[in-house]
Amino acid sequence: MTERTKAPPLTTAAITDKLVGSLYRRAEEVARAAVTRHGEGWDPTPAIDTLLTSRVTGLPIMLFALAAVLWVTVVGANYPSQVLTYLLFGLEEKLTLLFAALGAPAWLHGVLVLGMYRGLAWVVSVMLPPMAIFFPCFTLLEDLGYLPRVAFNLDAVFKRSGACGKQALTMSMGFGCNAAGVIACRIIDSPRERMIALLTNNFTVCNGRFPTLIALSTVFVGEGTKQVLGPGLAASLAVVGIVLTGVAVTFAVSWLLSRTLLRGVPSFFALELPPFRRPRVGQVLVRSLLDRTLFVLTRAVLVAAPAGALVWGLANTPVGGHSLLVHLASFLEPAGRLLGLDGFILTAFILGLPANEIVLPILLMSYLSGGTMVEAESLQTLGGVLVANGWTRLTALCFMLFSLLHWPCATTILTVWNETRDRRWTLAAVLLPTAVAVVVCSAVAHAGGVLAALAAG
Amino acid sequence: MGPERPGCGGLSARPGAGCRPVVALAGNPNTGKSTLFNVLTGLNQHTGNWPGKTVLVAQGVARHRGRPYTIIDLPGTYSLLASSLEEQVASDFLCLQRPDVTVVVADATCLERNLNLALQVVEVTDKVVVCVNLIDEAERRGYAVDVRALADELGVPAVATVAREGRGVAELLDVIEGLVDGTIVTRPRRATYGPEVERALERLESRLAGRLPPGAAVRWLAARALCGDQSVLRLLSDPEEAVATFLPRTARGPLAKAENVPAEGRASS
Repeated sequence: MTERTKAPPLTTAAITDKLVGSLYRRAEEVARAAVTRHGEGWDPTPAIDTLLTSRVTGLPIMLFALAAVLWVTVVGANYPSQVLTYLLFGLEEKLTLLFAALGAPAWLHGVLVLGMYRGLAWVVSVMLPPMAIFFPCFTLLEDLGYLPRVAFNLDAVFKRSGACGKQALTMSMGFGCNAAGVIACRIIDSPRERMIALLTNNFTVCNGRFPTLIALSTVFVGEGTKQVLGPGLAASLAVVGIVLTGVAVTFAVSWLLSRTLLRGVPSFFALELPPFRRPRVGQVLVRSLLDRTLFVLTRAVLVAAPAGALVWGLANTPVGGHSLLVHLASFLEPAGRLLGLDGFILTAFILGLPANEIVLPILLMSYLSGGTMVEAESLQTLGGVLVANGWTRLTALCFMLFSLLHWPCATTILTVWNETRDRRWTLAAVLLPTAVAVVVCSAVAHAGGVLAALAAG
Repeated sequence: MGPERPGCGGLSARPGAGCRPVVALAGNPNTGKSTLFNVLTGLNQHTGNWPGKTVLVAQGVARHRGRPYTIIDLPGTYSLLASSLEEQVASDFLCLQRPDVTVVVADATCLERNLNLALQVVEVTDKVVVCVNLIDEAERRGYAVDVRALADELGVPAVATVAREGRGVAELLDVIEGLVDGTIVTRPRRATYGPEVERALERLESRLAGRLPPGAAVRWLAARALCGDQSVLRLLSDPEEAVATFLPRTARGPLAKAENVPAEGRASS
């Protein structure tokens, strides 16, 4: 007994060591009894991992994978998008004839066909094809086990930004949907780092914004570079550039947050690189189409229909000679100009709060107000409408940057509220990206203006 | 550990649950737990190949020989010592909610590391079956896993499976049924921690016993307390407040209010 009183009392750490040590020894014993190794076997995982995560090859492979997925999406989406546009707007003519035959009043035809149906048709034809291609590609990479390697590669940069390496995973989820990305932030243990990941998830281009970026890149970058790179490749590289800008902003803002509002030291975590598994292609296709594509599309459609009606209503309610929409747009015009945009664009972003997918459709409807838009049969027509309304490449760039950086959509904001249950952090999740968008866009617009003046002078 | 009740206990004993046996799936991240969950329940949620996917506790129903079982998919963890959110959720569920059967899903390609968790689960409950998953992958890499020897060493049944192809799943369900009915009796061979820790555990167990709901896994909660788990330690100093905050935790939202908390440098095991 005297021995025991002499021995120093066990600390929590010492007890944990003893406990965990005993468990490990026992696990070793059991494993020795149950597992035998026969021959070498064939396991290429370590070799592939060396390639995917080495300093030299890891980053280029990552960029290549991103560019490849986007290229497949851009090139593959173009044709079905045109077919859908043709079919859906063809149906609209039939609907108009039907309404006329039934003797329906003009306002009813306006709200239902020129408002709701047209909004829907735009969302479906612009959104569905890229989504139906992007989601399965992304899911295949996920199934393969590539995402943890991305996290591994980016860990060092996130650490240097004062954030958690697992943020690479939540960021990857954000490519699908920012609301899903915000929920995925639960995998980060430290509340401080979780908040950083949550506040910056919006800078990951979500699937609601990809189609917009793809359409604008195709029109303003792809069309102009036909001879050099081929329009598809040039447009995809432009989208890659925007995505990487978002990643860079994520690092910058994380760094800023970890030195101001959310100060602290990055924590450690163990990340297992899972074995590569052969993706079940059939299952991936079916599941990503049903679970993700249809889910996101349904949400967009539910939002687009009332938004279409609202825009039609605003555009067709005259107050003192001009429609409400024009009043709203002229009120926002100075602010829009400052950001390299215009009043209509800013109005579209505000009305598009429920879902990013509908920003471009709303904008088109606004430009073509009188309440209706032209029969836009292809992306070239889309470009025509925009150029006719004073768009330059600089406008397109500012639009894409604003789309990348501005406030999150309503679903994401709601999710942030659900996850934090804190009014101030939810507000921060709205104001922080907005502030970044204002700073970046006005800087780019100003620089662009100066360059144009120099070129002209 | 409370008295063993064949058939109907733990969660299923709660009014309104209709006496349906509750089966929890525990396991390291990325061992195919969610895939097994989908196979058992017929739910077709996509299972991504990255650790940390299951943050929430998912629930579904499996049928075997006409009998329904509630299947709970716990977050993937390396340990039940509750040093991270996932571990806390999984550990609290097993220690306090007392599922009728716990399936430890282990990756056959790195069995030793996975056994660490299996050994902790047999500390919490007797009704355990080890599901040695990805057995095809292990064979391809030149490992042979002797499931019978594993069962003998652990004192609980073990079944080899390939969840994504459904191989071994029927056998696993048979074992689950046997454990629920009491036709399979386990004799877990547990790890021992040396006289000092064991003495401390005993002392703590007797102090904790009166302050926990009947059937709670007192020994493992005592071990957590010894390793510095604040939620169990509070139970000793301020039982009433602790019961209020500790017990409903499994149901509480996963994201605690974030203040300017300096991150604690913590390495998970």
